[in-house]
Amino acid sequence: MTAISVRGLVKNYGEIEAVRGISFEVAVGEVFGLLGPNGAGKTTTVEILEGYRQRDGGDVEVLGFDPGRMEPSFRRLIGVVLQTSELWANLKVREVHRIFAGYYPHPRAVDEVIELVGLTQKRDARLKTLSGGQKRRLDLGIALVGDPDLVFLDEPTTGFDPAARRNAWELVRSLRALGKTVLLTTHYLDEAQQLADRVAVLRAGEIVKMGRPEELIASSGRAEIRYRRNGEQIVVETGELTRTLHELTGQAVAEGRELDGLEVRRATLEDVYLELMEDE
Amino acid sequence: MTVFAHQLRAEQLIFWRNRESAVFVFIFPVLLFVLLGSLYDGEITIGNVDYPASDVLLAGMIGYGAANTAFAGLAISLVLRREYGILKRLRATPLPAVTYLGAVLTSSLIVFSLQVLTLFALGRLAYDAALPDRIGSLLLLVVLGVVAFAGLGIGSAALIRSGEGASAVLNVILLPMAFLSGAFGSRDYPAVLEAIANVLPLKYFIDLVYAVYLEREPIWDDPLAIAVVSAWGIGGAIVGARRFGWEPRER
Repeated sequence: MTAISVRGLVKNYGEIEAVRGISFEVAVGEVFGLLGPNGAGKTTTVEILEGYRQRDGGDVEVLGFDPGRMEPSFRRLIGVVLQTSELWANLKVREVHRIFAGYYPHPRAVDEVIELVGLTQKRDARLKTLSGGQKRRLDLGIALVGDPDLVFLDEPTTGFDPAARRNAWELVRSLRALGKTVLLTTHYLDEAQQLADRVAVLRAGEIVKMGRPEELIASSGRAEIRYRRNGEQIVVETGELTRTLHELTGQAVAEGRELDGLEVRRATLEDVYLELMEDE
Repeated sequence: MTVFAHQLRAEQLIFWRNRESAVFVFIFPVLLFVLLGSLYDGEITIGNVDYPASDVLLAGMIGYGAANTAFAGLAISLVLRREYGILKRLRATPLPAVTYLGAVLTSSLIVFSLQVLTLFALGRLAYDAALPDRIGSLLLLVVLGVVAFAGLGIGSAALIRSGEGASAVLNVILLPMAFLSGAFGSRDYPAVLEAIANVLPLKYFIDLVYAVYLEREPIWDDPLAIAVVSAWGIGGAIVGARRFGWEPRER
């Protein structure tokens, strides 16, 4: 089952081509990550799928709907966490959840959602007393209270400290456990690697690579060998790990030397990403 | 409960919970009435007839209250909600835009109605002001005031770009308009100021309050005033329909 299908999507802002004919599909229940630097077209793409922006070309289908029409029956099925938004500072966490719950035909129990996003302690606190991380959790709570099939998360952890980020990751994993489809944008590679079943790397409005994080890493085939020689750190980068390692160790054994601090490091998603961003 | 009733309840909660809006929109005109009432004494002449000062001030303050609640107050809250991203967020929910606007308007109507009641009660108790006897016309007047000034409020919100500037801009429009329209007492102005006042919606709205409350005439005895107030409201609504955006302008 396909939740999102994008074919040849184009969006221009005046002279600027923000999205240049991208295509991808997201299956039901999948966590899909759009990865890329600022200005790569991530938010534009997500906002077209959410229905906020009209596309200039291509075909888009989200849960069987054309999101550009913003039909109420479509909006019942999606949950949205915007990059930035403030709500009514003087209202309490529970009140805001209740307000949003009232917009949907079959909302989830408000207290259950508050518990899910970890705000039970803050249930009766006014929004203005919440920390940045707690506000993001509130955003997620009101995105989930309508029990959507598909959740859009636009840079959900930007500005978080490491502990808050780990908490947010747990939340996204719990969405997967609930069977939700998730479309996530991020410019954090570890986040994409941790959360996404598949990622598409965007650069200047085009998808330069797409696949499971492990596949992307494997496709790079780059690795690093590190060891010390006479107290000096030596780093060998190689595309043929087995062969290079064999040569190095063979030589050392032949000479009766020890390769001090020998370490082999496979490429991370970050290396792959930087590689992709480099070759223009 | 229908979505409309749900949203109306939410709007009321949001309004009364926010101290700035409750004070600025609801308390301030009432306070002004108390202040002006203690300054003026005797009678004020409106169209060759002398009326008790308290009655004229009360009529003027109903006019000011309508513009303050439905024009300035509504416009400020719409601009802030837009710039905070609240409107954008609401647009992703199934809440229909028409239902939302209807609830926002009805909420303003509730606030203004309570304000009118408070003004009459206070006028009666503190200054022995007369009570209205054209209740049907008064109700129509309250609805006309809220709807027309809300039209202007939505139009202004569409033209104002920043959340921080909204309150300043609207008060720069509202206070001189209220002064020229006679909201704060006498209308004995030089011809130039009177000429300006003669195009302002608030002047005609206060004319209607005078007609219904002071002169005890039915509201439809002054069709010109009804027409001018409505025309301003419709004009504002047209600007709003064409220019109003749901998304923050500043980011």
